[in-house]
Amino acid sequence: MTRSAMNPVAFLTRRRGGKGWHWTDVVTFGWLALSLVMIFGPALWLLLSSFKTPAQLAEFPPTILPYAAQTATVETKTGPKALPLYTVELPDGSSAVMAELNRVGIMANMVRPEAPDDPVKVNINARKPLREVAFATDNYTTPLKQFDFARYLRNSVFVTTMATIITLITNSMAAFALSKYEFRGRNGVMMVIVATLMIPLSVNLVPLYSVVSSLGLMNNLWGVILPTVATPTGVFMLRQYMLTIPDELIEAARMDNASEWQIYWRIVLPLTAPALAVLAIFSVVWRWNDFLWPLIVLSRKELFTLQVGLNTYAGELNVQWQFILAMTVVSIIPVLIVFVFLQRFITAGIAGTGLK
Amino acid sequence: MKRAYLRGTAIAAALSFATGAYAADEVRIMWYSDGNEGEVVADLLKKFEEQNPDIKVTLDNVSYQVIKEQLPITLEAGDGPDIARVTDLKALADHWLDLTPYLADKAYWDANYGEQADWMRPDGSQAITGFMTQITLTGAFANKTLFDQAGVALPAAGSTWDQWVEAAAQVAQSQQSPAAFAMDRSGHRMSAPILNYGANYIGQDGMPAPVDAGAKAFLTELVGWTEGGQNLKDVWVSAAGASYRAAAEDFINAQIPLYFSGSWQISNFSTKIGDTFDWVAVGNPCGPDGCSGIPGGAGLVAVKYTKNPEAVGKVMDYLASEPVMREFTQRSLFIPSNAAIRAAGDLKYETADPQVQPALDAFNADVKNLSPEANALPAWKWASAYYTALVTRTGQAMAGEMSLDDAFARMDSDIAEQVAQAGQ
Amino acid sequence: MTMQGEAPAGAGNPAPQQAPARRSIGAVLAAPVGLLAHLLDGPMRFWQRLAGRGGMIAFFLLPNMAVFALFVIVPLGINVAYSLSGGTQLFLPSRSFVGPENFARLLTCDNHLAPATCRDDLFWIAVWNTVRFVALQVVVLVAVAMTTALILNRSIRARGFWRAVFFFPVLLSPVVVGLIWKWIFQRQGLLNWLMVEMGLDPVNWLTDRTWAYVFSVGISVWAHAGFYALILLAGLQAIPRHIYEAAEMDRTSPARAFRRITLPLLWPNLLVVIVLALIRAVQVFDEVYVLTGGGPGTSTMYLTQYIYETGFASTLRNPGVAAAASLMMGGVLVVLTLAQIALTRWRDRQ
Repeated sequence: MTRSAMNPVAFLTRRRGGKGWHWTDVVTFGWLALSLVMIFGPALWLLLSSFKTPAQLAEFPPTILPYAAQTATVETKTGPKALPLYTVELPDGSSAVMAELNRVGIMANMVRPEAPDDPVKVNINARKPLREVAFATDNYTTPLKQFDFARYLRNSVFVTTMATIITLITNSMAAFALSKYEFRGRNGVMMVIVATLMIPLSVNLVPLYSVVSSLGLMNNLWGVILPTVATPTGVFMLRQYMLTIPDELIEAARMDNASEWQIYWRIVLPLTAPALAVLAIFSVVWRWNDFLWPLIVLSRKELFTLQVGLNTYAGELNVQWQFILAMTVVSIIPVLIVFVFLQRFITAGIAGTGLK
Repeated sequence: MKRAYLRGTAIAAALSFATGAYAADEVRIMWYSDGNEGEVVADLLKKFEEQNPDIKVTLDNVSYQVIKEQLPITLEAGDGPDIARVTDLKALADHWLDLTPYLADKAYWDANYGEQADWMRPDGSQAITGFMTQITLTGAFANKTLFDQAGVALPAAGSTWDQWVEAAAQVAQSQQSPAAFAMDRSGHRMSAPILNYGANYIGQDGMPAPVDAGAKAFLTELVGWTEGGQNLKDVWVSAAGASYRAAAEDFINAQIPLYFSGSWQISNFSTKIGDTFDWVAVGNPCGPDGCSGIPGGAGLVAVKYTKNPEAVGKVMDYLASEPVMREFTQRSLFIPSNAAIRAAGDLKYETADPQVQPALDAFNADVKNLSPEANALPAWKWASAYYTALVTRTGQAMAGEMSLDDAFARMDSDIAEQVAQAGQ
Repeated sequence: MTMQGEAPAGAGNPAPQQAPARRSIGAVLAAPVGLLAHLLDGPMRFWQRLAGRGGMIAFFLLPNMAVFALFVIVPLGINVAYSLSGGTQLFLPSRSFVGPENFARLLTCDNHLAPATCRDDLFWIAVWNTVRFVALQVVVLVAVAMTTALILNRSIRARGFWRAVFFFPVLLSPVVVGLIWKWIFQRQGLLNWLMVEMGLDPVNWLTDRTWAYVFSVGISVWAHAGFYALILLAGLQAIPRHIYEAAEMDRTSPARAFRRITLPLLWPNLLVVIVLALIRAVQVFDEVYVLTGGGPGTSTMYLTQYIYETGFASTLRNPGVAAAASLMMGGVLVVLTLAQIALTRWRDRQ
């Protein structure tokens, strides 16, 4: 069944082998629909929330779209002012749109915008704010103006690129040695590499800190980059892929007087391209998302990566959620771009890599 | 001629490169913010740089997590910024620089910041290591509009916890709030009522005393209020261990009539509540033994490992000076730490919000009610061990994971483990 | 194969099906790398003559293993030293040797099944929470990944699109995952709003032990299932079609075909998935920490959180105990992994 030949109607009504609806078709359809909602629904909710004002974020029940109070310009004694509008239930049972002059306790002084000299006292329970859809873009612009955003971005890009390049080079060299040569201790090296998967960073912070600090790499972008480049996953994945490259190719090259270095970069590396692409994409995403480690290594603002810089809104006593949400969205955008443009490489690459 | 000139500049460039590029002394300040104080201090530092072109001050705005988790290990490595804004002042006191030889007027510091000097120096030391950027004080806030709507009068000054909770519960019932009150998940906060119930943390020898009858009395009440639904459960059970959680969002959203937190919330409320409802600072509800709050705050301290102690001294002198502190306090809506400013009592806070000044005045007045026990806590090095145990175990008791008696026993053993650990 | 062509690194690709434009981008990117590698030809040949093939192996391994030794093995050694020393200091020379005291503190229990009887009750609470988490999470994760892979392996329309959909959460950082779901499960979140809209009473999800546990499993499955689904999909696609066609002719039911054909042939991939899922499940931390903070009470406090808070994040650090706990966790993981691999070997031999 080719993808291009089918229109949506045909898709919706298509059945397994054309023999009527089979239960597996129902499951397929249901699963895909549910997944779409479950995967993008929450992310969409975060996006919409990031455009809400702090007061609106705390509101329950929440609204789907961000709203702001509608205002009207009213001539007051002290000149024209933009005042919030409410729908007020008047004592005679009618309702009217009125602006609030001020509020004292539970009573508010309200006026009709067209008759500003005739205030009425209204209980605040007898009115509802009049609102309109409005995106609180302040959540984005305020932090972006306050920060040296361009510098954080540059640092993040530098860390991500350098870490990825070094990861690709060192991991592929090690994987080449571990897959194409027989030598004593090979299994031992593999075991050590796999075993290091067992200790996550969050439990190894303090020892790693002592190492990086004694190397003088604190407050240095290389202190962020280097500890991450020897990923066991990368070596493991590339090695598995290289094992599928036939040894005859390499033997033939040796006959042609190729050096081992040439075999590595002219034969094995090009043939490993799909797996390298997958590792590259993973590395970019991992390094971009890194948070805890850069936070520990970098304490000077000119060195902050995006993830560290965006976190300064978490104070001791107060967290400014409206900024945190907006900045989270900002930090996802590059990942989304990777996702949209490279998803074919990622998914096809993993499929090709096999990871068997 | 031209060639000589070129060679000269080349040598100069090479030299300046070798000596670190800056002719000026550089001073780095690590600073975290709860509100706008980062912007305020940045403005103030700009003026300092204009007056002192030979000193370059860099303000590194970081999250509190950096101050709490990264700074201590950096300091232990003998590294760090030149100046830092820190809350864990006593525990890290060994790393602070004695500024005394670098200050222009030591007497000024003693007079205005001497009261809190012990909070930030090792026991027995006479060093001046820095000053508090502000004093904070625990205290309660009431949503007056909710009280009005429910037709319940605000309990008068000097009312007890029982009276406050009772009144707030009436409001909650009438206004269908999810709870009567909320208290931050914090050992510092809960210690205010605990001390007012007659507890004492500090033993004769300065070491932690076992959890006593006063503490047990309040904790029993607090856990009872949580089980009974008066205390907002979310805040306390939504984390394990000693993690801090604030209940400010629920108060801002008019979900709870009474909120026990502290003076630092004022600027937060002002920006987020605005005119939505009337809120008032009502001080510390009383216990049988008093109505004291617990003081606290963030201190700006100089770090021992600085390479430019003279420049650091100048920056600290500037920031601690009366006009600078006055501007800082007025713009960031804090309680002043400077004794002269507090005594003058003439601060004009820069805000358009009419609710702010009375709230700050209420806290400023409440500073006088501080009990000696409460005043001793910030300068006591075991305070965080005590707080950690209290919060961790109370949280578990509230979640129904352990009985109160088990919780009390665990608090004692947790503190004992910590003391033993530190002695190793 | 000749070595003379100036072809860029991508030219050896045996499947030249990419669009010309895309290849040229690849060529541009590869050119500097290719040039550098080319320039290294001479020195490398010299080094090979000098050190022999063994020297070349060492050369290929060196960069990676050096980084590895420095940033993985050395910290591990430091961790061992921590675990045998006491005090609150972070730097080794200032710590005192206490022998197995830290392990003893963690392991002393009257009854290991009842954390309340242990000297360090929080550690054992975390241990049993983690066991409970792993038991459910790995099963659900593998089931979801398998279902997804089977469905993506069918001839559905826009398969590339759907593969990408499932991969989206994998790209998000754990902190973002936690944040996204916090905004849904909190008392005033989206889920409670939906409850109200449907006429139900809102539930305080994150203060309920059972729900918090279920959601902690749920979000970690949400975040990782796509990755494992793609590994399984790769395995499924390697199974020759004609086997299924033969089965269909024999009127084998899909369920039977799955049990008899798919499962045995997919076993190598499934093993990788189970091992990786298990390792990652035992290490669960960030996303759950952001969502529940370990609460309510301590019911979603897992091992990594215990270690992180004990050794690093709390005001009163205890690096010795944290190191001891992390070494024990690593040890258990190594044993589990080896056991799984041994089990498979034994099964294959049968």
